[in-house]
Amino acid sequence: MSQTTAIQDRKPSAGGINSTFLWIEIKRMLRNRRTIIFTVLMPAIFFFIFGLSNKDQLLPNGHSYGQYILISLTVYAAMTAATGAGSQVAVERAQGWSRQLRLTPLLPGAYIAVKAAAALTLSLVAVIAQFIIGALAGVTMDPQIWLTAGLVAWLGSLVFAALGLFVGYLMPSQNVMQILGPALAILAMLGGLFMPIEIMGDTFGEIARFTPAYGIGQLARSPITGEFDAVWIVNVLVWLAIFVGGAAMAFRRDTKRV
Amino acid sequence: MTDVPAIQAEGLHKSFGKVHAVRGLDLTVQQGEVVAFLGPNGAGKTTTIDMILGLSAPDTGSVSVFGRTPRAAIARGQVAAVMQTGGLLRDISVRETVQLTAAMFDSSRPVDEVLTRAGILDIADRKVEKCSGGQQQRLRFAMALVSDPGLLILDEPTTGMDVAGRRDFWSAIRADASRGRTVIFATHYLEEADAYADRIVLVRHGTIVADGTAAQVKNLASGRTVRATLPPGDRELLAGLPPAAAVDYDAGRVTVRTADSDSVVRYLLNNTGAHDLEVVANNLEEAFVALTADEPGTDTQPAFEGDRA
Repeated sequence: MSQTTAIQDRKPSAGGINSTFLWIEIKRMLRNRRTIIFTVLMPAIFFFIFGLSNKDQLLPNGHSYGQYILISLTVYAAMTAATGAGSQVAVERAQGWSRQLRLTPLLPGAYIAVKAAAALTLSLVAVIAQFIIGALAGVTMDPQIWLTAGLVAWLGSLVFAALGLFVGYLMPSQNVMQILGPALAILAMLGGLFMPIEIMGDTFGEIARFTPAYGIGQLARSPITGEFDAVWIVNVLVWLAIFVGGAAMAFRRDTKRV
Repeated sequence: MTDVPAIQAEGLHKSFGKVHAVRGLDLTVQQGEVVAFLGPNGAGKTTTIDMILGLSAPDTGSVSVFGRTPRAAIARGQVAAVMQTGGLLRDISVRETVQLTAAMFDSSRPVDEVLTRAGILDIADRKVEKCSGGQQQRLRFAMALVSDPGLLILDEPTTGMDVAGRRDFWSAIRADASRGRTVIFATHYLEEADAYADRIVLVRHGTIVADGTAAQVKNLASGRTVRATLPPGDRELLAGLPPAAAVDYDAGRVTVRTADSDSVVRYLLNNTGAHDLEVVANNLEEAFVALTADEPGTDTQPAFEGDRA
């Protein structure tokens, strides 16, 4: 058994990312029924509502509306998954877990990195689930389109992981997703994920360009629309900077006040 | 092992807005001591513990743990704490919680060993949210043991536990402390301090009002209190009193806490103009109340300060 000796000789722990932490975080996320409802079930239902009836209508460039809406809703699924995962810090703060972690060598940066990695894992699950549902519903695309669109939706969700962290550090609420869920639906609508921006009208079409889901949606659909605009990348980067900056600020405020 | 103190706190002050929670607190805890940090709610116990753990920074003053900053001691796994509430994830199992905590340290005790010592190996696969308050507290204890810390800090660890849970919890702590670990626990239960600590530090209004062995505190408590009306002109005669634990003079009344009330009474009646004498027996509860209660106008003297420095 142990004895408490050699107290002075101990070396400090590195406090970096470790696989046990990451693995337990991922398990927690996948076991959470509410997250699965938000990230897999709801986008699937939206696909059946918005996409299925007119999936065989053609867009001007010859691609089907089904492809368009499937990719859009995949972006929506990934962003919901990542936001939800990031916002879990609100629950952990409320339960005093963040404070408990401050009694371990874990570095704050490592905690954030693990949260981001877990968020990306969950959004990957969301992307794959959404694509499987689409494929089963009869949407067909070239392999490289599946791959490119999927990668953009997946990696783009990092923007929303940062949003989740931001809001999670800002609000003490246990039910942060009940506020974020509807907010994300509005952002998705404004960003053209539920219906094409072209049919939204001039005013909303103009507003859409400045909302956080717009750039990722346009980029993810780029393989089927054949369009590209550097402004979309600017949109993504600006929102990423805003959310990461906000999260960092809220995090610092949170650790100072005890 | 060298003789560096487990805790050395000097001149700690901490305010929250207008509330001056800790006011010039000095505390040195040597390795191997089991210290009760005893005081009523709001005495500044938790604020002091937070500063020892580096969870908050003192406004002025300094804290070192094994000669290092609190954060450096935590990074080396030298100090761990059992908090009163919170600090657990509800959606994972008892074993996962300990595994997760262990993963933060570069070296740690085996998970099953720690669960056994906290007495929760049999519920290792239970979800945290399904555990009783006492089981959750023993889980916090298990998490604190993971890094095999030289110093264990417990903040009101048995709040909300039933009698059996409290007894089980303390027997686990006690078995552990017998291995040489330094333990400091905050409590407002007098019996806990008496039963489990070999040194009691009484705090009130953010400062230490008494500091001594449990036996000394008991002595203080087992004596008697002599009260008498004393003409102000006779005040200097109090210097000739037989040795007493504490002497207070307030509004014409003198109060003497002493283990030898007979000598005190004899002295007062023979050598001073004292009258209206009363002699009452103390108990531990009374000593605690006397030392920690709000008594505007009186200035309570530290009872055993000289014994400890």
